[in-house]
Amino acid sequence: MTDPTPAVEQPVLRVRNLVKSYGDVPVLRGVDLDVDEHRVVTLIGASGSGKSTLLRCVDLLEQVDDGQVWLDGQDVTDPRVDADAVRRRIGVVFQAYNLFPHLSVLDNITLAPRRVHGVDRAEAEERAVALLDRIGLAGRARAYPDQLSGGQAQRTAIVRALAVQPRLLLLDEVTSALDPELVGEVLALVREVAEGGMTILMATHEMGFARSAADVVCFLEGGVLLEQGPPEQVLVDPQHERTRQFLRRVVAAGRL
Amino acid sequence: MVPPVSEVEVARRSYRRSRQRRSTWVAVASTLVFAAVLVVGTVSAPGWQRTQESFLDPGVARRALPLVLEGLWLNLRVLVVAAVCVLALGLVVALLRTLRGPVWAPVRLLMTLYTDVFRGMPLIVLLYIIGFGVPGLRLQGVPTDKVVLGATAIILIYSAYVAEVFRAGIESVHPSQRAAARALGLTHRQTTRLVVLPQAVRNVTPPLLNDLVALQKDVGLISVLGAIDAVRQAQILSATTANFTPYIVAAVLFVLLAVPTARLADWATARARRRQQAGGLL
Repeated sequence: MTDPTPAVEQPVLRVRNLVKSYGDVPVLRGVDLDVDEHRVVTLIGASGSGKSTLLRCVDLLEQVDDGQVWLDGQDVTDPRVDADAVRRRIGVVFQAYNLFPHLSVLDNITLAPRRVHGVDRAEAEERAVALLDRIGLAGRARAYPDQLSGGQAQRTAIVRALAVQPRLLLLDEVTSALDPELVGEVLALVREVAEGGMTILMATHEMGFARSAADVVCFLEGGVLLEQGPPEQVLVDPQHERTRQFLRRVVAAGRL
Repeated sequence: MVPPVSEVEVARRSYRRSRQRRSTWVAVASTLVFAAVLVVGTVSAPGWQRTQESFLDPGVARRALPLVLEGLWLNLRVLVVAAVCVLALGLVVALLRTLRGPVWAPVRLLMTLYTDVFRGMPLIVLLYIIGFGVPGLRLQGVPTDKVVLGATAIILIYSAYVAEVFRAGIESVHPSQRAAARALGLTHRQTTRLVVLPQAVRNVTPPLLNDLVALQKDVGLISVLGAIDAVRQAQILSATTANFTPYIVAAVLFVLLAVPTARLADWATARARRRQQAGGLL
C-alpha cells in the first residue's frame, strides 16, 4: 500500500454517469469513478458486471451511450476529440495478452514508441531492452510471442504498454488467462509498476492482490458501482449485502 | 544420457513398424491394380487404335515439342507479369474496400462493383470484349497487341478474385489485434499496415498459391485472341499435321509447369497448419 498522497486538484481519470449497452443489454448503468494520480484502483465483481466494458470505454475502444470521461481534465467522450491522441496517453493490457504474433518481443514493445511517438529505432530498442532486463526477459527479445509462456507473454504485454510512458495504465484481468503458478510473476510486476508511481485502474479477480496493493477497491454489479473504498473496508467489512454475497462466493472458491 | 527404452515401448515400436510395412505393401499393391485396370480398360477400348494414332503419335510429338515450347515461353512471360499485377491490383482493391469514412463511399462502392462484375464474368467473354472491342475503338495510345490485351483481361478477372482472398485474410485477423494496436495509439491506417496486413498476407498465402496454379493454365486462353502461345502453336500444328498430338504435348507441359507450384502451395498450407496447431497427433 502506498502512503496517502497529498490531495491533488484533479484526478487523472474522472468518470461520471457512464452508460453503455450492447444492443438491448445494458452493461454500464451510470458509473461514477475517480482515479487520482499515483493510485491503484481495482475493479472487482462477477463476470459480466461491466468491469471490462468500463475499461474499454475509458480507452475509447467503445463509444459510450451516455455520461462523460475526463482524462487530466479533458472530456475525452467529446466526439471532436482525437481518439488516437487520447489512447496515446493510456496504456492497456488485455486478458489474452494480444501480442502481435508476427513481431518479435522487441518489435512488439518498440512498435508504438517508434511509429506513434517518433522515437528512433536505436533509442526505442535500448529502452525496450532495459525494460525487458528489469523483468528478466532480455534474453527473449528476439523470440516470438508463441514461444513465450503465458506469464512471459503477459509481462511482455505490460512492458509494451509501459514503453510509451502512459499517464494511466488500464489492466483488464491480466492474470485470468494464466496458469495458477504463473499468476505470481505477473502480479509482482504490476506491484512493482504501481510502486514506481504509475496510476492504475485494473479489473481483477485476484482479491488477495487487491487487498495488498490497491488504494481503492470498487465493487461492480450489474453495471452499477455498488461500493467503493479502501480495501480493508470493501473486502473486510463491506457495507452492501451484494458485496458480502460476492465475497462469500470468492472465499468459497478459495480465492481470498 | 538417454534412459534405456522399456520393454513395453520396444514392443509398441515393433508393432508400429510391422503395421507400417503392411501399409506400404497395401498401398503398392492397390496402386498397381488400379493402374492395370486403367491401362487395360483404355487399351481394350474399341477405338483405341485410332485414338492412339491421332493423339499419341511420337513422331508428331517430337516435331511439335520445340515449337510448343517456344509458345510456352510467351505463356511464362505473360504469367510472371500477370501474377505481379494481380497481386498488386488485388491488394489495392481489397484495401480500398476496407477504407472507412464517408469520403470513400464512392470508392468502396466502385470496388464492390468491380469485384462483383469481374468475378461473375466468364474469362473467355472478357477476352473477346477486350481483345476485339478495345482495338475497335481505334483510340490513340491504346495498345492493340493481342498479348497485352489478353493479359489485361486475365489480370482484371484474377485481381477481382485475389482481392476477395485478401479481404478474407484481412477479416480473419482477430479484432483483438486491432484493439491492441489502437490501444497503443496507432491510427487506423497504421494498424492496417503494420499489424493487420502482415498477418492477413501470412494467412492467405496458401489460397493465393492455389490461385497461381489456376492462373498458370488460364494464361493459355490468350490464344483465343490469336497470340501465338503454346496452345495456339498446338492448334496450328494439329491443323497442319491433321493430328491432335500437339495438344497433348501442350497439356503435358502445362501440367509439368503446375506441379512445382502445387507442391509449394501444399507446403505453405502445411506450414500454416503447423503454426496454428503446434503438437497433437490428429
